[in-house]
Amino acid sequence: MTVPVSQSLAPQTWVLQPDDLPPAPGAGDRRRLHGVTAADLVVTVGSGVAALAVAWLLCYALLPWGTPLAFAVVSFVFYLVIVTVTTSAVSPGPAVADRVAAAVITGGAGLVALGLGSAVVFVFVRAWPALWHWNMYTQDMAGVGPRDALSSGGLLHAVVGTVIQVGIAVVVTVPLALGAAVYMTEVGGRFARVVRTVVEAMTALPSIVAGLFVYTTLLLALGMSKSGFAAAMALSVMMLPIIARAADVVLRVVPSGLREASLALGASRWRTVWHVVLPTARPGLATALILGVARGVGETSPVLLTSGASTFLVGTPFGQQMNSLPLFVFSTVRSGEPIFIQRGFAAAAVLLTLVLGLFALARYIARPRGNAKKNRKDRSRR
Amino acid sequence: MGTQTLGDRPAAPVTPRPLSRKVTGADRVFVLGTRSVGASVLVITGGIGVFLALQAFPTIARYGPSFFTENQWQPDLGVVGISGVLLGTFTVALVAMTFAFPLALTTALFISEYAPGRIKAVLISMVDLMAAVPSIIYGLWGFFLMQPLASRLARWLHQYLGWLPFFHVDADPDAAQWDQTMYTASAFVAGLAVAMMVLPMASSVMREVFSQAPLGEREGALALGATRWGVIQSVVLPFGRGGIIGGTMLGLGRALGETIAVLLIISPAFDLKVRPLELGTNTVSALIAGRFGEASPGQLQALLTAGFVLFVITLVINTLAAVVVARSRSGAGTDL
Repeated sequence: MTVPVSQSLAPQTWVLQPDDLPPAPGAGDRRRLHGVTAADLVVTVGSGVAALAVAWLLCYALLPWGTPLAFAVVSFVFYLVIVTVTTSAVSPGPAVADRVAAAVITGGAGLVALGLGSAVVFVFVRAWPALWHWNMYTQDMAGVGPRDALSSGGLLHAVVGTVIQVGIAVVVTVPLALGAAVYMTEVGGRFARVVRTVVEAMTALPSIVAGLFVYTTLLLALGMSKSGFAAAMALSVMMLPIIARAADVVLRVVPSGLREASLALGASRWRTVWHVVLPTARPGLATALILGVARGVGETSPVLLTSGASTFLVGTPFGQQMNSLPLFVFSTVRSGEPIFIQRGFAAAAVLLTLVLGLFALARYIARPRGNAKKNRKDRSRR
Repeated sequence: MGTQTLGDRPAAPVTPRPLSRKVTGADRVFVLGTRSVGASVLVITGGIGVFLALQAFPTIARYGPSFFTENQWQPDLGVVGISGVLLGTFTVALVAMTFAFPLALTTALFISEYAPGRIKAVLISMVDLMAAVPSIIYGLWGFFLMQPLASRLARWLHQYLGWLPFFHVDADPDAAQWDQTMYTASAFVAGLAVAMMVLPMASSVMREVFSQAPLGEREGALALGATRWGVIQSVVLPFGRGGIIGGTMLGLGRALGETIAVLLIISPAFDLKVRPLELGTNTVSALIAGRFGEASPGQLQALLTAGFVLFVITLVINTLAAVVVARSRSGAGTDL
């Protein structure tokens, strides 16, 4: 049998089989690629203990720096130094850099977590005694003096004021912001680009300037009195660009394939928007709206200029001064009376609970639904 | 059953179906409706900008260029200028960014590179939550919790680094009874509270860009033997440079306009000084909040002008940040 020439000339791969192959590594002695080795653990924990000890010695025994803050900072710095030295004794250079970088980055993130945690916990701890009085939630501050005990007076007027003001602001802003966002993404054109540019520019407006604008125009030029409505307008002016821009971003990421499919099936543009684009973007839109509202609830400076501050429950947004939670916090805390400050902290705790609730609601609405497993897989691959 | 060929039929005249791109019926209403909403949003938001700009003209005409160079705010004497408050605004914002920038960077790196996959989503929501916490809460945190600690830290900095001009305080740091009030109500303490506010914003922009760093380059670095820090150093940070700069500038823009936490902490002073550790400073927004009530129409115009200047500065910084983020490498030229 003769081999065809073309086949014998074809490139071939030759595998050299050396006679003395090392034995194939067994399943038992595989290299560990991840996980923490005992040496790592000893170095990390040992350095931590040593750093705490040296820092204690320095802060509390040798130098007059004995505060918790100084102790934390000094021990972190010593931890970095000691970990560098100990790691360089057992590992090469890149491993030392890796260990120090990991310590710095984890320490920074931990400090931020400490900051956020301390802010939330601090407010609730200071508010704790006041939060147990039921009259805090059922009474207003009418006729309550600065030295009256916590068992009289409450926050009802501030809560109602916040709800009314933010409610009006939402009713005014949301349709406008959504309509503008739909116009910017679904209709488009040169004019839409102008609208988008101006809306993006106005998100830079400091909130106090929004308040000053409403104060100058509505209150001084048009002669309106300080009222919940004026405060709601100031909040609207501040929230409108923020919500419009967020909704615009959400609508822009709706896949254009969906739109094209709907249009190809003969749907009109209006039906495409109503039945395809908006339902697809619903979780994102809800998140954008709720986060915008959360921002508005906590904003103090526009309200400070426009609403005035009543001490009693006001049910109408027109004609009368009206209090709100952030404003109540601000004014009581500045009063300097210990009991008033405690009331301020109670109001802050209520405000914080409100914002946390809104935030949890936004997360709940935006959670991945139905094909949750697939989404998670996609995300982890990325 | 045979198929009919086209030739059997009488040839139909070939005319294209009339297709009109003109919108009709409900679509017409839709386009017109959304366009009018867009136009009204444009009028509302743009109107504010134009209104503020118009207020600036009479003020500048009245006070001239001294509006930008004068540091006192005494409208009764006809002396009005914003150099003092502008300097204070930037001092507070710079202190805030000094704390916020490294912390935002490490937080973003921790979430995108170090955190285990399971808790990553939780940490991302925590940062978002931090952005949603009202500024008055951070004001309380700064005023009641941090101020005592920060004043000690300020005294420590003054004791050991007081020879640096910006750490100088007009008090004796080594006195047996040290003058704690001189170290409170300062730009330093206010900057701490503002840092908590701008940190989440900067951090989430950075994290967003870091998480877009191309997987192929990360794996390439790992395959070449890089440690985790090596990957960050050679892939993530160069890729995310635009995000780092842009996020920091967005945070700076927010820090400049912050009012209520600053107003709660500082005690107003109009001196032209850069001593962030010392009692007393002022910012444009705190000036507006403090002076709007007693202002005559002319003074109100001056306040509005100060607000307008702040707005323009913020706008320029935000626009630059957006350009920097958009021009970073994210998503471009990384296909493998």
